[in-house]
Amino acid sequence: MLDSFLFRAALAGLGVALAAAPLGCFVVWRRMAYFGEATAHAAVLGVALSLALNMSIMIGVVAVAAAMAMALSALTGRGYAMDTALGVLAHSALAFGLVGISLTSGVRVDLMAYLFGDILAVGKTDLMVIWGGAALVIGLLAWRWQALLTSTLSPDLAHASGINPERESRILTLALAITVAVAIKVVGVLLIASLLLIPAAAARPLARTPEGMALWAAVIGGASALGGLRISLQLDTPTGPTIVCTAAALFVLTGVIGALRPRNTA
Amino acid sequence: MNAPLSRTAPAQGAAPLITAKGITVTLGGHDVLRGVNVDVQRGEILTIVGPNGSGKSTLLRALTGAVRPSSGTVTSAKGLRLGYVPQKLAIDAALPITAARFIGLPGRVSRDEATKALARAGASGLENRQMGDMSGGQFQRVLLARALLTKPDVLLLDEATQGLDQPGSAAFYRQIEEVRETLGCAIVMVSHELHVVMAASDRVICLNGHICCEGHPETVASAPEYRALFGTGTMGALALYRHEHNHSHDPAGADACQDPACGHDHSHDHGPAHDHGPAHDHGPAHDHDHDHTHG
Repeated sequence: MLDSFLFRAALAGLGVALAAAPLGCFVVWRRMAYFGEATAHAAVLGVALSLALNMSIMIGVVAVAAAMAMALSALTGRGYAMDTALGVLAHSALAFGLVGISLTSGVRVDLMAYLFGDILAVGKTDLMVIWGGAALVIGLLAWRWQALLTSTLSPDLAHASGINPERESRILTLALAITVAVAIKVVGVLLIASLLLIPAAAARPLARTPEGMALWAAVIGGASALGGLRISLQLDTPTGPTIVCTAAALFVLTGVIGALRPRNTA
Repeated sequence: MNAPLSRTAPAQGAAPLITAKGITVTLGGHDVLRGVNVDVQRGEILTIVGPNGSGKSTLLRALTGAVRPSSGTVTSAKGLRLGYVPQKLAIDAALPITAARFIGLPGRVSRDEATKALARAGASGLENRQMGDMSGGQFQRVLLARALLTKPDVLLLDEATQGLDQPGSAAFYRQIEEVRETLGCAIVMVSHELHVVMAASDRVICLNGHICCEGHPETVASAPEYRALFGTGTMGALALYRHEHNHSHDPAGADACQDPACGHDHSHDHGPAHDHGPAHDHGPAHDHDHDHTHG
């Protein structure tokens, strides 16, 4: 089965969707959409570093994402607005990454594969990285779930319960970096944020609890990955964008369902 | 508004649950608190009053550990459990959460426990309601239910009745009264409802960046620093309360305020920036109570 490129692509898409679902919920709840976007853009610099230093892309991307989070808190601490700081960092990292990749001598790099993903070219090693990363992210979130949720609702409530909200937000940053790193191959850096955001946003009208929203996001994300893969084969369209289009269509669908359903039913 | 809390005497001589020693808190380059000393004793009701911007909420947040003082220390008894009811809590509309789920944070509770906890806080039947769809009073009660679930040693209430109408706030204080009787926890309240909280407290701290005066409610209410901040109107309210409920008061405890505590600020700390004075006109709001003080 693993010898079929379609089967590998389906597994890769599912793995990323499952990790992105609960994480995407936190991105939505904490209004971190732009932060997710910035981390994804910075990943290009991580890819450039990994190629230059000949190390795993996962390590390069996580390192750059961590550096970006630190630079971000340093900049906002010096009075820059959050969106300004994020914009400066995200686009600088993207530009430096693109320049860096072009400077990498020797191997010819398919830049498009990093920008838009190449899910049909996922190999067995890629699959192991994707599922390993996804398991790590899901494990981290499951382990810290209660504390993360409390910190998200109110940092003050978290403090009073003996939880350190800064620590929890560092854990989220780490999970985000890992997710971005494993999703590059599937949708590419330009569309990663959409895989975090759209399924979670689409899940909102269907859910009454945080856990329900995370589960619905996983269902919607998984359906988008599999559905998008199938549609892209039929229509011969690029797979990554087709997956995102499918998620967007589901977002509209759940929005309509939510609007039709009477509110405040207990 | 007559919802007095019972006055069981706090345990004397025991080690304090929380001790803040000489804490100064700087927020945005401005000293919100300067050299504040507070002890929270087991089982006592301690009320913090003060004008807007006097650092009441900051002091409470410093006691929970949410704000780190730039100097001074906050120490808690080992294994201390805090119940905290914040002044306001905005839950993002993007986050769906029912009351039953909310009170299970961060310690998970069974459905049964959640139902009982909500009932105890006077919020029966709200289990499946979304937090975002509740009225102010219901929301406060759910916050209280959550704070009580851990059986706290100290319950910290920050303007807990803000946004409630008078019956709602009276009912809320009755709930607090029951809570102290059943749990025996210490209660630290920040409130602007001077007449209610003053009457209900074992000890009052009058705050305006630093501690202006502290001690027994009556002593504080007659302290010149307190009158400078709030006018004399609340004296009437306090007298009203005492008239109606003096049977429950221990006369021996009536003068529990240590003079040094009330008076320590006279000798120092009153810089020119300090504006005690007629600018604070809390007085008139309470004037109606004067008419009832005698009789």
